[in-house]
Amino acid sequence: MASMPAPRRPGLVEDRGDDAFTSTGEPGLKRLGAFIRPYRWQLAGAILAMLAFVATQVSFPFFIRKAVDSVAGRHDSLTLDQILIGFLALIGINAVTSYLNEVTAARLAQRVIFDMRRAMFEHLQRLPLAFLDRTHVGRIMSRLQGDVNALQDFFETSITAVGDMALLCGIVVVLFAMEWRLALLTLAVIPALAFVRARWVPGARATFARARDASSIVNGALAENIAGVRVVQGARREAINLQDYKAKVDANFEAQIASSWSAQTMVPIVDILTGLAMLVIVLGGGALALDRRIDVGVMVAFIFYVQRFFDPIRTLSQQYTMLQRATAAGRRIFEVLDVPVTLQDRAQAIDLGRADPVIEFRRVTFGYRPGLPVIRALDLRIEAKEVVALVGPTGSGKTSIAALAHRFYDVWEGEVRIGGHDVCDVTLESLGRNIAIVLQEPFLFTGSVLDNIRYASEQASREDVIAAARAVRAHDFIVALPQGYDTPLDQRGQNLSLGQRQLLSFARALVADPQILILDEATASIDSFVEADIQEALRVLQRGRTSLIIAHRLATVRDADRVIVLDRGTIVEQGSPAALLAKDGIFADLYRRSFS
Amino acid sequence: MSPLFRPLSATDDPARDLLRRLDIEPREAPAVLWRVVRLAFRYRRRFAIAAITSLGAAFFNLLTPGLLGRAVDQTHHLLVSPDAGGGALGALGWTGALVLGASVLRGALQMASGYASEHLGQSVGRDLRVGFFEKLQRLGFDYHDRVHSGDLITRGMLDLEGVRGFIENGLQRLISLVLLLSVGSAILFAEDPLMAALTLSFVPFVAWRAANMGLRLRVAWTRLQERLAVLTRVMEENLQAARLVRAFASAQFEMAKFDVTGREALALANQRIVTRSRSMATIHSSYYLAMALLLWVGGQRVQAGVISIGQLTQFLAFMTILQLPVRQIGMIVNSSARAISSGKRVFEILDLEPAIRDAPDAQPLVKGPGILRFDNVCFSYAGGDGAPPALHDISFTVGPGQTLGIVGPSGSGKSTIAQLIPRFYDVTGGRITLDGQDVRSLQLASLRKAVGLVQQDIFLFDDSLARNIAYAAPETEESDLLDAAAAAQIHDFITALPGGYASPAGERGSSLSGGQRQRIAIARGLVPQPAVLIFDDVTSAIDAGTVQQLRAALQTVTDDRATIIIAHHLGSVIHADEIIVLEKGYIAERGTHAALLAARGYYARLFALQKSGAVDAREDVADRRQEVA
Repeated sequence: MASMPAPRRPGLVEDRGDDAFTSTGEPGLKRLGAFIRPYRWQLAGAILAMLAFVATQVSFPFFIRKAVDSVAGRHDSLTLDQILIGFLALIGINAVTSYLNEVTAARLAQRVIFDMRRAMFEHLQRLPLAFLDRTHVGRIMSRLQGDVNALQDFFETSITAVGDMALLCGIVVVLFAMEWRLALLTLAVIPALAFVRARWVPGARATFARARDASSIVNGALAENIAGVRVVQGARREAINLQDYKAKVDANFEAQIASSWSAQTMVPIVDILTGLAMLVIVLGGGALALDRRIDVGVMVAFIFYVQRFFDPIRTLSQQYTMLQRATAAGRRIFEVLDVPVTLQDRAQAIDLGRADPVIEFRRVTFGYRPGLPVIRALDLRIEAKEVVALVGPTGSGKTSIAALAHRFYDVWEGEVRIGGHDVCDVTLESLGRNIAIVLQEPFLFTGSVLDNIRYASEQASREDVIAAARAVRAHDFIVALPQGYDTPLDQRGQNLSLGQRQLLSFARALVADPQILILDEATASIDSFVEADIQEALRVLQRGRTSLIIAHRLATVRDADRVIVLDRGTIVEQGSPAALLAKDGIFADLYRRSFS
Repeated sequence: MSPLFRPLSATDDPARDLLRRLDIEPREAPAVLWRVVRLAFRYRRRFAIAAITSLGAAFFNLLTPGLLGRAVDQTHHLLVSPDAGGGALGALGWTGALVLGASVLRGALQMASGYASEHLGQSVGRDLRVGFFEKLQRLGFDYHDRVHSGDLITRGMLDLEGVRGFIENGLQRLISLVLLLSVGSAILFAEDPLMAALTLSFVPFVAWRAANMGLRLRVAWTRLQERLAVLTRVMEENLQAARLVRAFASAQFEMAKFDVTGREALALANQRIVTRSRSMATIHSSYYLAMALLLWVGGQRVQAGVISIGQLTQFLAFMTILQLPVRQIGMIVNSSARAISSGKRVFEILDLEPAIRDAPDAQPLVKGPGILRFDNVCFSYAGGDGAPPALHDISFTVGPGQTLGIVGPSGSGKSTIAQLIPRFYDVTGGRITLDGQDVRSLQLASLRKAVGLVQQDIFLFDDSLARNIAYAAPETEESDLLDAAAAAQIHDFITALPGGYASPAGERGSSLSGGQRQRIAIARGLVPQPAVLIFDDVTSAIDAGTVQQLRAALQTVTDDRATIIIAHHLGSVIHADEIIVLEKGYIAERGTHAALLAARGYYARLFALQKSGAVDAREDVADRRQEVA
């Protein structure tokens, strides 16, 4: 038996945190390596292309220098025609390397991002329900979407940023090679820039974070008001809500303006430093020229290099915030990947094949929270093709029994056997083929009616689907839909009534043709006005199968071979429906209570 | 060429085709863009400041190449005639100081213009946000029925940002580009027309390529977004249906779905990368090609003595200044295209007029005893062409202290009756009166204040339980709030919570069970003490015992008001003074419980069926969560 992490259902107050995930505290970006490794050759190619691209970028001002030298009368320089040819060749190389650089790097990033999202999604498929029960879908989605996107943004901008940094380094090298004294003088402004940035970053980061928060507050308020607009209008809250919203919008405005101010203050600083560098070049160049240590071409080249030099620095602040976000996002992504899979096929798990549909519980104890068993030492044997109804008050363990039969969870003690095999010894996949569950809330996927009925039974033909729909009496309403079986179901089938949706899920179970059928409160929320149809459909569905029914409607219970009444995880009454009514016990009381 | 990389355009006119893909009607595009710009004109001063500072920054930007050229000439002069000595160096110092000065001023003006533009953009954003919100609140149920909330949220967030972003960046960039090009070329042509022509030769080509790229990227982006939306849906549905996916052991199938959509998205993303990289490579090449020609021709002219080295430097420096803004044309075009399509979507909402609003001569409700009357009311939903009317010839009267029960299968029109009373829709025939006053002649606020409708679909706000209960009357006394909660049978549950009434209702109330949420909604309906109370099937998830207590408690609350109880479970209405059985919008039967049973009609048959057919479902529905907890 697998040991489960203590599952804790979030209560009303703790509900806000992401407590189902445990932070590993490891910096997320480090583990990216594992995702990049399969593409190391592409990465090497991207780096090569980038270096080649940077080399051509750095070479352009060199030709300008040669041209100026040539026309200034230095006779050892190249002729203008030679320079033109060289320049044109360089343009060709530059175009090719620029294209290769961007395409290889960006594609690599896309690929890695895709793999990461896929790995998360795949991992989520293998996680036990015990984990998903505790976690809001929205919270997982925010990791699958928001965090993966943050990482993608980071990758995209890093590609240019890394290129810019390489260009910066290239320029420094060339400047020193050309005229080291002038280079030293010019680059003396860099420490000043570093100092200003170091002073600027903490404050700016705080204002940027505030601006982001303010904007998500405004958007959250808008989304909530749209979702609840019917209540808003019913309660005549329009004026008050508008007032509240205005306050949030104003706060957002202030925060955005503050962050804009932070961002803009760096602009003149970079400009001033560029101006200073130019001043240094002009004065230093002049002084050196006086000593005849410099050609005018070098000075022109310096001017061009310095103009490029500060471009990357302008975007560095953006890079920094992006890196912060990406690190956090990476950590949250790896937290998902690190959730242990506690419920999986054993190494020697066997295929159940077409099992003998007998369900057996042997002294099963199970619960969701340590020390609070929901089922206690339960013994239960359901014979092949027997129809058993489970009845009992909320919390008596009905749903848990159904879930354990399908090994949605592992038992604490005892064993659950299907067809004579412990469910832990067979593959989950083969278990799924033998058992079908119809849930209380029918879930339909976006897609056509046809696709939904043959969900997970892809080999089923159109005829199979229609036959199943006819059998559960869904055919008539389906053909009345605009495109019959090919009608797309929008918004999870909101264009159908609940009863119709449940009939589709019955047809789905029928197409899957399971040996064992579990109906988990499957008729509970259906309008009693369509009762007769549903009852008939159920009879068809149960024919020739072992059925475990968590029941509400007496009609269903009445057709059962055996009714089992549960209370606090143990069986308190069982027998045929007629016998139990005659006995005048708990079951008879439950029945009477509904019409007082 | 793989099919992935084939040109996007399919018709003769590629530009038109691109616009069509972006959902931009070429003819109305200028009007929409002009309207966006006019939004900014409301802030004349800020707009002027942004424009003037932009102009100033461009001016000082344009000074720099000339100054650099002068510096190069002066240095060259030093080299050629070294005896010029200190005086020449001093002149060079002056030039350097001017370069520094121009840079400082340019930086300062650039900052001011950036800040002013953002201020302008944010101001417009603020106006739009408030206008959008205000309009959405006023648009009636008929509108919200038709339009998906996700679409409205997208418009209010992303489209609004699209409009704001254009005012903030696009407009500013456009202004400075126009200035740089016009003033810059005037200066250049004055110096040397041929050289000027060479310097600017790359501009038209790059402008065209960049604009084209901007539009193409926008199309690619839109298509990528569509795929990503599908991917999101696949993932979200999978997670929501986790139980089902495991029940059918269909993880493989789900992975296949993910892979198909994910790979499509990946292919589109790669296509976008190729489009961008190609365009950028051509743009760079054309720029450097112009520079090569400038260098070649300029070099010969220097050798011929027509121009100085400094002038050549000046032309080259101009090219570097122009490079960035010209490349940004792609961004400007992209941003305008987005502003047009987004602007259209935002304005569509802002221009709507709610179908239901106060009549010009609307009067406040004159409080009477609280008698609600339906006189031959007929109703059809708008847009339901050919569909049979939702309600047909409905008449009834409910007075203070009386209870009307409405039952019938889903789709028979029960909820429609409920929603007509606070005038969420207007009747299409007959009339509804409250104390003799037609609801259409009343001020909406006063009518809705008198009607308390507890709706079937429970929505709780992300706020404390107390505030949710007091939602319709935030200023209510605490004792009234507690009384309402007690009557709704939810007080004991709330006080047992660690946070009591201050506990959050959670993300859309998702941490509460269905029955708990229904009881909170009932309490919320009781707080404002309306003259007419309507419960639209709000006890379906509450267990039978609690429903009994609730009924007893409500009796004291409702003894002086008209009450309507809608249910599909007949047990909920047997105590009503009158019961209406609806079928397909018609009143099929009516009378008291006893009379209807005696009539042995539809109601009697249903009652027999439900009585025999149900071990009360509601008990077990209450919530699986409770069992898990």
